[in-house]
Amino acid sequence: MTDRYRFRNVARMEWIKLRTLRSVRWTLLFALAGMIGIGIAAGFNTRNPRGDVTNNILAGGALGSVLFAVLGVLVMTSEYSSGTIRATLAAIPKRPLVLAAKAATFGLTALVAGELVTFAGFLAGIAFVHGGVHRPALSQPDVLRAVALSGAYLCLIGLIGLALGTIVRHAAAAITALVALVFVAPLAGLAATPAGQFLPELIYANSLGATASWPSCATSAPEWVEFRHG
Amino acid sequence: MIEAHGLTKRYGQITAVDHLTFDVRPGVVTGFLGPNGSGKSTTMRLILGLDAPDHGTVKVAGRGYHDLPFPLREVGALLEAKAFHPGRSARAHLHALAASNAIPASRVDQTLRLVGLTAAASRKAGQLSLGMAQRLDIAAALLGDPPVLIFDEPVNGLDPEGIRWIRNLMKSLAAEGRTVFVSSHLIAEMALTAERLIIVGAGRLLADTTVTELSASNASLEDAFLALTSGSAEFRATGSTP
Repeated sequence: MTDRYRFRNVARMEWIKLRTLRSVRWTLLFALAGMIGIGIAAGFNTRNPRGDVTNNILAGGALGSVLFAVLGVLVMTSEYSSGTIRATLAAIPKRPLVLAAKAATFGLTALVAGELVTFAGFLAGIAFVHGGVHRPALSQPDVLRAVALSGAYLCLIGLIGLALGTIVRHAAAAITALVALVFVAPLAGLAATPAGQFLPELIYANSLGATASWPSCATSAPEWVEFRHG
Repeated sequence: MIEAHGLTKRYGQITAVDHLTFDVRPGVVTGFLGPNGSGKSTTMRLILGLDAPDHGTVKVAGRGYHDLPFPLREVGALLEAKAFHPGRSARAHLHALAASNAIPASRVDQTLRLVGLTAAASRKAGQLSLGMAQRLDIAAALLGDPPVLIFDEPVNGLDPEGIRWIRNLMKSLAAEGRTVFVSSHLIAEMALTAERLIIVGAGRLLADTTVTELSASNASLEDAFLALTSGSAEFRATGSTP
């Protein structure tokens, strides 16, 4: 018996909250289906024998990152929009502890789910690669690293969503800020500045870039799916 | 036991709660009465640590709310209605709260039975009627079997059956020796529910009395209440109410 509530009590509350919302499960299932579907389509359509097949197959990460980011936003903003936050703070009046527990439980869930959907998408994708094209395998360290880091990226973007949801508290505003940061800022030329290396999209592109010596990677993030024909 | 001493809270120019000092004792229902905008909800938020007072202190079970080792086991509170996610079931909502304060999971079904929600416990809470949603919020308040209970305008929007149910619940909780503090702007409802009355207007304490005393001094309880709060009603008419 403890004499007062601890982090593990709060983490248990947050874990129960996370796994008892159907919308969370549906979003993760949708991400899984999307990553597999896009992985298969990209694998099937890659015809350049020397193309970066791993990069193409992981194209579903664009969809996955939107879903994980929005999920991260909603995990926090739905507390405020529904009024659950009043019950939460009545139980645990220490707000930093609630935030830490929420970030830890959501972060771990998003990491496991992110790796799961990314590996599933990759394995589904390589199964459909044409005979003439070099088929990447997880036994290649560079490929394994690209897939694993792409999964971790989904977790990180989810946590960025959670952070924005905590700051803004309103879903629409937080999602707008998120889209601006993740998808618009790279296009707006920030990518070329020193700050560019911290833009989430480019972190993702760089984790993919580990598969190939591809110097253009960091500046061509929006076009990172390439179906070049030999 | 709730003890407020010199409690003061300002929002910009407006003093919502003005040097409020009172005790709420166990064993009886204490009504917290005042016109709309008289600072009742602000006082309750201060008791629960949702806002910090500018001056003064308020203690529950001898401590500030933030220092309670397991808040839900000391204080149960019903503030604005529907403090739950519409997509989560009533049972899951209570399980999460129970886990946070190391309350045994068996207490969840016990509490659901107590408020009559067992049949609807697995449904999405968003599908509950207003009266049933109110029962879920009350279940959350009772979950930790707390000795102190705080209800902010609990009968608002309820049908007569729901009102009577809450009234009887509050009386039986007080009869068990608990401290029950209930705010209302309805003098007739308080006359039926409360024994002691703390009356406020414009954030100030107007009377700390009993229903019996107050009705003895005037033709009716309503007359007594209106006589007491006439000063603060004038205050409201100037438009400076928060």
